[in-house]
Amino acid sequence: MAEVKEKVPRQKMPEQDPGVRKRNFKEVPLGYPAETAILEAGRCLQCKTPGCSKGCPVGIDIPGFIKEIASKNFEAGIAKLKEQNALPAVCGRVCPQESQCEGGCILGKKGESVAIGRLERFLADWERNEGKVKLPNIPAPTGKRVAVVGSGPSGLTVAGDLCLKGHDVTVFEAFHKPGGVLLYGIPEFRLPKDILFAEINYLERLGVKFEVNSVVGKVVSLEELFAEGYQAIYVAVGAGLPYFLGVPGENLIGVYSANEYLTRSNLMKAYLFPEYDTPLVRGKNVIVVGAGNVAMDSARTAMRMGADTVKIVYRRSREEMPARAEEIHHAEEEGIELFLLTNPVRFMGDADGRLTTVECQKMELGEPDASGRRRPVPIEGAFFTMPTDLAVISVGAGANPLLTSTTPALSLNKRGYIVAQAETGKTTMKGVWAGGDIVTGMATVIQAMGAGKQAAASMHAYLTMGW
Amino acid sequence: MYKILSKRELAQGTVVENVISAPRIAKKAKPGQFVILRVNETGERIPLTMADTDPDKGTITLIYQVVGKTTALMKSLGVGDGYQDIAGPLGKPTHIEKVGTVVCIGGGTGIAVLHPITRALKEAGNKVYALCGARTKDLLIMEDAMAAASTECTLCTDDGSCGYHGFGTDLLKQILDREKVDLVVGIGPVPMMKFVCAVTKPYNVKTLVSLNAIMVDGTGMCGCCRATVGGKTQFACVDGPEFDGHQVDFDELAKRLRGYSDMERQSMELFEHKCSCK
Ligand SMILES: Cc1cc2nc3c(=O)[nH]c(=O)nc-3n(C[C@H](O)[C@H](O)[C@H](O)COP(=O)(O)OP(=O)(O)OC[C@H]3O[C@@H](n4cnc5c(N)ncnc54)[C@H](O)[C@@H]3O)c2cc1C
Ligand code: SF4
Ligand code: FES
Repeated sequence: MAEVKEKVPRQKMPEQDPGVRKRNFKEVPLGYPAETAILEAGRCLQCKTPGCSKGCPVGIDIPGFIKEIASKNFEAGIAKLKEQNALPAVCGRVCPQESQCEGGCILGKKGESVAIGRLERFLADWERNEGKVKLPNIPAPTGKRVAVVGSGPSGLTVAGDLCLKGHDVTVFEAFHKPGGVLLYGIPEFRLPKDILFAEINYLERLGVKFEVNSVVGKVVSLEELFAEGYQAIYVAVGAGLPYFLGVPGENLIGVYSANEYLTRSNLMKAYLFPEYDTPLVRGKNVIVVGAGNVAMDSARTAMRMGADTVKIVYRRSREEMPARAEEIHHAEEEGIELFLLTNPVRFMGDADGRLTTVECQKMELGEPDASGRRRPVPIEGAFFTMPTDLAVISVGAGANPLLTSTTPALSLNKRGYIVAQAETGKTTMKGVWAGGDIVTGMATVIQAMGAGKQAAASMHAYLTMGW
Repeated sequence: MYKILSKRELAQGTVVENVISAPRIAKKAKPGQFVILRVNETGERIPLTMADTDPDKGTITLIYQVVGKTTALMKSLGVGDGYQDIAGPLGKPTHIEKVGTVVCIGGGTGIAVLHPITRALKEAGNKVYALCGARTKDLLIMEDAMAAASTECTLCTDDGSCGYHGFGTDLLKQILDREKVDLVVGIGPVPMMKFVCAVTKPYNVKTLVSLNAIMVDGTGMCGCCRATVGGKTQFACVDGPEFDGHQVDFDELAKRLRGYSDMERQSMELFEHKCSCK
């Protein structure tokens, strides 16, 4: 029996053709049709001690939901999935499965792992498209009020979990719409916003309230939220402080942080200008500095905005690129070039202050540094210039001090992130929990959700039993 | 939805005053702080410094000059209509303390921004000279409010149609020559603020300006609002909007403010075309 199963190869997911998709914002992978999903699910060996689940930060019963797909019980499958993950349509699309569940799959040791992420996505899409989304039973109200600050994946997880325990949850969000990085960071072609809105709508139907345009720390402090009658607070404000390079000319028009570039294009829909009012420089010759997922998203957005050339400029080599292999592959397919071992040292502009040129220096790899990666060392005198009218700086983000600086009772580490207990998310301020990127630094959607799950459990215990 | 409770056109309709219901913001706002506003679903996010707030009534007052599509769209809204989104109060409030003698000099809609600051400085016990300038009489705004907010208010126009004939900076210089001034607050168009700083510099008088940078979030997460102050990059939305004017690179600011002028013109033309087709 096992022999027959192994003969079925890992099922490919249909994708938009690179030549077409590089000029539109529609989703790139198109999802499994039901037959393909069933075929793929049939590859799973249903291990007794599954390696896949161990790699999942929220502990999904992976063979459990895959088994339901194999036997065409999609409704039972999605129910199983949702026991542990409230945002499967999102995670099926953006999780780094290769280093999590699929990385632990036994089939991957010799051949190709089960396509767990694609199966997760299949079930979530099936449920939404078939209109099968059901509201679970909500227990009687406990009368306890919870405030969640920040509506990224971490905050949304806490809101959903605590609502399902009967608590009265309000989410405060600084922007005019909830979603966090899922909304303003990750582009439409990787995570269609309708999917996110459906998830948020689901939470609203559960009873979660959203107060948008609410910059906590400015319009209301944590102390004031307690005074207003909230009994527990979860802080999940993300890692929203963009780093720049600190090189001359960085304030020229046409140089953006990735945060600004992506926020304008995703949240503000600048790619639909002039139908939408927000403008964005449409570069012909674009460079993106950095090589993480955020850089790939920026580069692919610039290509879709009509660029002739888009170059990823990175000071280390291909091996050190932090982006997922799949993202690099997608970017290269779309014609994005990699300029490796290259470091921008200066931006130059015209009389109006617009970017025209970038000067770079070639690098070589030296001894390993603290991160274990070989340190890039500048090659003396190896400078060159390139014409550039748009540069997106994507070299990471730090902790935004806006809320924490107004809340002295919250202890921070030396990099400005909130100190929280690993198992519970409890901070040094009574009644306040924290999780997601504002505790760990920029990580992943699923880790932010995992932190939310743990905190929600601890908060529920506090609300029913005490600190 | 943030409802417009009253609407008044000033300066021959080139400037509009809105009193808007925003109780949470009104309760917290301090002089010098701003809000980020989005008119509707397809709108952009723009920063506007509050001209006044009433915590008891739960209202904020915004005064804006009609310069492009977004402000033209705002002007098309009447009492009972509303703005889809307003977030605030943002930015650092003006540091208000008793320093002695202060000159508050404003140009154009900068006077609206200057108004609560002037009032607070006077209430803190300072002697406050207000200098309010415009090109011509009809473009002057808030003359009475500024007179009430200051110890002594002088109006001036470039063409002499009202008050002193000439620039406010001439009057500023006269005051600086005449008596000891401890603080100057200058708010208005970039060339005006730059000029104010050039005037006060030789007198070595601390000069605050409020930077009207282009913004997106207003919370320090994007860097859109960056400005060079004292040779260092600062974010106007969280490190400001007020800065020591003698340290500000005004030329860079002026260029960044023009960064999207082509697209802004395109938006405006489309908007006017739509309006005339109605
Ligand atoms: C472009 C981009 C692409 C990414 N791609 C992936 C990917 O493919 N896969 C993956 O797993 N991870 C990815 N990540 C990382 C992932 O998105 C984050 O780790 C995750 O979103 C963190 O979740 P969070 O809930 O902690 O914070 P966020 O998602 O950052 O949400 C924080 C929210 O809090 C709000 N906020 C901030 N301050 C305040 C305040 N004072 N008051 C009220 N609200 C406030 C913010 O506006 C925001 O909405 C990506 C990140 C970026 C930027
Ligand atoms: S490790 Fe792979 S084969 Fe085993 S249960 Fe998990 S998905 Fe199936
Ligand atoms: S407006 Fe985004 S950081 Fe200031």
